Amino acid sequence: MPTREELEVVALSLKVAFWGVAASLPLAIGTAFVLARKRFPGKTLFDAIVHLPLVLPPVVVGFALLVLFGRNGPLGRVLEPLGIVFAFRWTGAALAAAIMGFPLMVRAIRLGIDAVDTRLESAARTLGARRWRVFLTVTLPLAWPGLVTGAMLAFARSLGEFGATITFVSNIPGETQTLPLAIYTFTQVPGADLQALRLSILSVLLSLGALAASETIARRRAPRPDA
Amino acid sequence: MLEADVAIERASFRIEARFASDAPIVALFGRSGAGKSSVIEAIAGLVRPRAGRIAVDGRVLFDAAQGIDLPPEERRVGYVFQDDLLFPHMTVRANLAYGERLTPARERFVDARRTVALLGLERLLERRPATLSGGEKQRVAIGRALMASPRLLLMDEPLASLDAPRKAEILQYVELLRDDLRLPIVYVSHAIEEVTRLADHLVVMAEGHVVAQGPVADVLARADMAELAGRFEAGALVETRVAGHDDAYGLTRLAFAGGELVVANVDALVGEPVRARIRARDVALALEAPRAASFQNVLEGEVLSVGHEFGAIVDVTLALAGGERLVARVTRASVARLGLAPGVRVFALVKAIAIDRRSVGFA
Repeated sequence: MPTREELEVVALSLKVAFWGVAASLPLAIGTAFVLARKRFPGKTLFDAIVHLPLVLPPVVVGFALLVLFGRNGPLGRVLEPLGIVFAFRWTGAALAAAIMGFPLMVRAIRLGIDAVDTRLESAARTLGARRWRVFLTVTLPLAWPGLVTGAMLAFARSLGEFGATITFVSNIPGETQTLPLAIYTFTQVPGADLQALRLSILSVLLSLGALAASETIARRRAPRPDA
Repeated sequence: MLEADVAIERASFRIEARFASDAPIVALFGRSGAGKSSVIEAIAGLVRPRAGRIAVDGRVLFDAAQGIDLPPEERRVGYVFQDDLLFPHMTVRANLAYGERLTPARERFVDARRTVALLGLERLLERRPATLSGGEKQRVAIGRALMASPRLLLMDEPLASLDAPRKAEILQYVELLRDDLRLPIVYVSHAIEEVTRLADHLVVMAEGHVVAQGPVADVLARADMAELAGRFEAGALVETRVAGHDDAYGLTRLAFAGGELVVANVDALVGEPVRARIRARDVALALEAPRAASFQNVLEGEVLSVGHEFGAIVDVTLALAGGERLVARVTRASVARLGLAPGVRVFALVKAIAIDRRSVGFA
């Protein structure tokens, strides 16, 4: 059975990953829609920027976050009086997780939106629906499988996030020490291999659980093509 | 009253169409790629014309000069697509209710229960579109467009993906809409049978332009229709009523002002209107009424015009006693031998079997 400390690490990881995904999901849906349906000058550049976290070394992303959102960073300084602090907090870990998972989420949702026949949207408009209603009642429900896949991918990516997190918010037990960071810590301590192994097994179980949950959700809500 | 005057730029060509009509059913007819669909997409607001004006019953939907361009959701124009485009993630009931819910109560004039009964959808309401047959889907699509209480219904080749029995079924429903709801309809088709049966005002398009328009019988009798509309088989349209049935011989008598036509049994009640399309190749001409012949129909008329005199074949247009047009396809040799010219009185010989169910309108 996992110890209390281990459960705390798991709970923190889940919290970080959940908020990382939940907070970035609306922005990801919006970005995916723009990339799937709109044409504008500079779209290629925009697309590249969205995908940047996928190709950059995570440490670089973490360092950029530290520079921007640190106590003395240009954004951190603005947000601190508002009570929003990322530096060395679990919220910072969630931010790092969100940014690293964002391209994966956008890609999957974009594929989901691409698969929706735009003529269905036209049909909805001739029936009196404004654009936003068409989006909420036709586009989004039909893109549901892509949405679930995207959220799941980002969630899994968040659970495994290491480089950006440790660079941005360090490795503080109980605050920013998520599963990968805890495992890393144990591997640095002589004779703690067993603890590292136990956490690794927990990590595998967690990922499998997330995968199963997303499959179930996707199947329940997806329009059944055969039925 | 529908007024449409649109100029649309497409990647490969330009579409210019202008027509106005208060006929119950306006048909846009022409071969694929003639620009018919673009014109009704412009009426629906799904395509923005470069210039022009579109109005329904005096309400301006689009006017380039005045800068008016209502979005599709404010046009109150129903659209039935070639492939039904039902929402796959909703039940039939939810599909039908989609537009109805978005229509302000005071604008609703289409009763939900009546529409469901009219289109025979009662037993389909809880089903998903994927489980419906082609004809059922198209009926639901028509119902969905109707329940938004449109002021004009656009139908873009609604029968194209259906088999013959389903076509006949949907055609009947379209006629019901016209007669029951008095909803003006713009019907796009490249099938002459559908146009013959439904249209009152016919707009013929070719290569992005309107090449002929007017009352359907007038346009169909034009000698140059084949050139205008491509695969068009020259012929004429006669509006008749069922005068009686001859059960012994399996024949139906169709009466019209200029005479009577005897055709193979038509499945219609006495007194019901039937449009008979008579193909030019099924009409022969004679200067005297033959006394003994297998022709069931001998109609007296006067030559109006003789078509282009090149090649061996000539289409001769006649006016019958009641003013109806008839087109006869004869050889140029016959024209010379009989001395056919405008004003000559002739007898048109029409084979009874020439007016099959298809040309009578049971497509």
